[in-house]
Amino acid sequence: MATISTNEFKAGVKIMLDGEPCNILENEYVKPGKGQAFNRVKLKKLISGKSLEKTFKSGESFEAADVMDVELSYLYTDGEFWHFMNNESFEQIAADEKAVGDNIKWLVENDSCTITLWNGTPIVVSPPNFVELEITETDPGLKGDTAGTGGKPATLTTGAVVRVPLFVQTGEVVKVDTRSGEYASRAQK
Amino acid sequence: MNNRSHLNWRPTADIQTLRQRAVIIADIRQFFALRNVLEVETPSLSNATVSDLHMRVFSTQFNDPMSPQQRTLYLQTSPEYAMKRLLCAGSGAIYQIAKAFRNEEAGKHHNPEFTMLEWYRPDFDHVQLMNELDELVQLIFGCEPSYRMTYQQAFKDYLSLDPLSTSLAELQKRGCTLGYEHICRDEQDKDTILQLLFSHEIEPKIGIQRPCFIYNFPASQAALARINLQDERVAERFELYYKGIELANGFHELANVHEQRQRFNADNDQRLAANLPPVTTDALFLAGLESGLPNCAGVAVGIDRLIMLALDKTKIAQVITFDYQNA
Repeated sequence: MATISTNEFKAGVKIMLDGEPCNILENEYVKPGKGQAFNRVKLKKLISGKSLEKTFKSGESFEAADVMDVELSYLYTDGEFWHFMNNESFEQIAADEKAVGDNIKWLVENDSCTITLWNGTPIVVSPPNFVELEITETDPGLKGDTAGTGGKPATLTTGAVVRVPLFVQTGEVVKVDTRSGEYASRAQK
Repeated sequence: MNNRSHLNWRPTADIQTLRQRAVIIADIRQFFALRNVLEVETPSLSNATVSDLHMRVFSTQFNDPMSPQQRTLYLQTSPEYAMKRLLCAGSGAIYQIAKAFRNEEAGKHHNPEFTMLEWYRPDFDHVQLMNELDELVQLIFGCEPSYRMTYQQAFKDYLSLDPLSTSLAELQKRGCTLGYEHICRDEQDKDTILQLLFSHEIEPKIGIQRPCFIYNFPASQAALARINLQDERVAERFELYYKGIELANGFHELANVHEQRQRFNADNDQRLAANLPPVTTDALFLAGLESGLPNCAGVAVGIDRLIMLALDKTKIAQVITFDYQNA
């Protein structure tokens, strides 16, 4: 089994900690002039998404986490699983609700998503930074508002609710930033 | 397309910083010249090295033209043993600004090769030497005089625990509740837990406005300091902290050769227990002690860190010409 020592820790390295794969974000070396050296490490638990800070004795080793990111196209959901396909090999893979999480509302058919696999199983599904979705419901806007100040809530086909400018109407397709959940623009026709 | 043009050949410190660094080093030399402390130079390479469990040493092979055998030489981790031999030989007060080398140390506040100021004062104890170091740092930083706290008091003030009497089990428990269960739940060495708590829970909180001396470390962390005659649970060792950074380590120096030999042996026992090779003790240093080290105190100051703080920088790479990654 591959092991990783604290002196190999750097941003992006994946280790197993308390049974959960973790991504190293930052690693700081702390050593008194006389005495034990430590590594103060910021890491992110990949399943729960929690960030935490941990201190290890320098030189301690950890099991490497078999984690990789793959780019896959979203196909469809059967209600229990969300299905993705590799566009080159046509291999399909199914992610459960836990892996999809809150990103359910940003999944658009044929969009390319980043799927994080742990031992071959999807644990995180990340949508593209921008998705285009149709508005299914929003109040008719006030006439003459073109600057987009204030805005109003709009419900999209996936159930996501975003604030849009008053001039945007039901039936239009809008571009949304999935990282902030904010309206970016009307989609290019 | 020439790839070399993409290499970052520039120094990690800017030229203006290097000018300011030179002024600080000149001020330090002036400080000792005014006090009649003699500047000396001792070898960077020596035949023996330190036994400290936590010190990793660089070594190299010397092809001696006068001998068929290769000889192992060690880069010094500090000039301590050689300077003490000068004291034994009657040098009187001495100082040195020298490169020191420590393997496996790198980070914001560590470079494997760094500049150290070390000085020794015959007839001083650790309290008198703290006074002199205080004067030096006031000169460099233009700061207020430092304050002092015993190691025991620092733990009492910041963690409400007595580092000298608390049991291992209790320390493990405290370490766990403070968020260090990963290390503390099974750690069998009290000093490791104390060093963890000190560096993570106390160090960031002391010496913020003005420098802070911590003194009378536990006897188990004496290194080369004398044990206090009134309270043998503590050693006459001090450290200086400023703005969350450890700057200096000093001792009322152990002069007793038998005790020194015992400490070397104890270090080697610890090394064996930790699966590290034992270190051949420095016979020349011990022979010097045998002939008599004058009553003295000595201190080592990390010059790169001192300059980093004086110039409001955050990494020592910003105050040295080239850090190890682009040396």
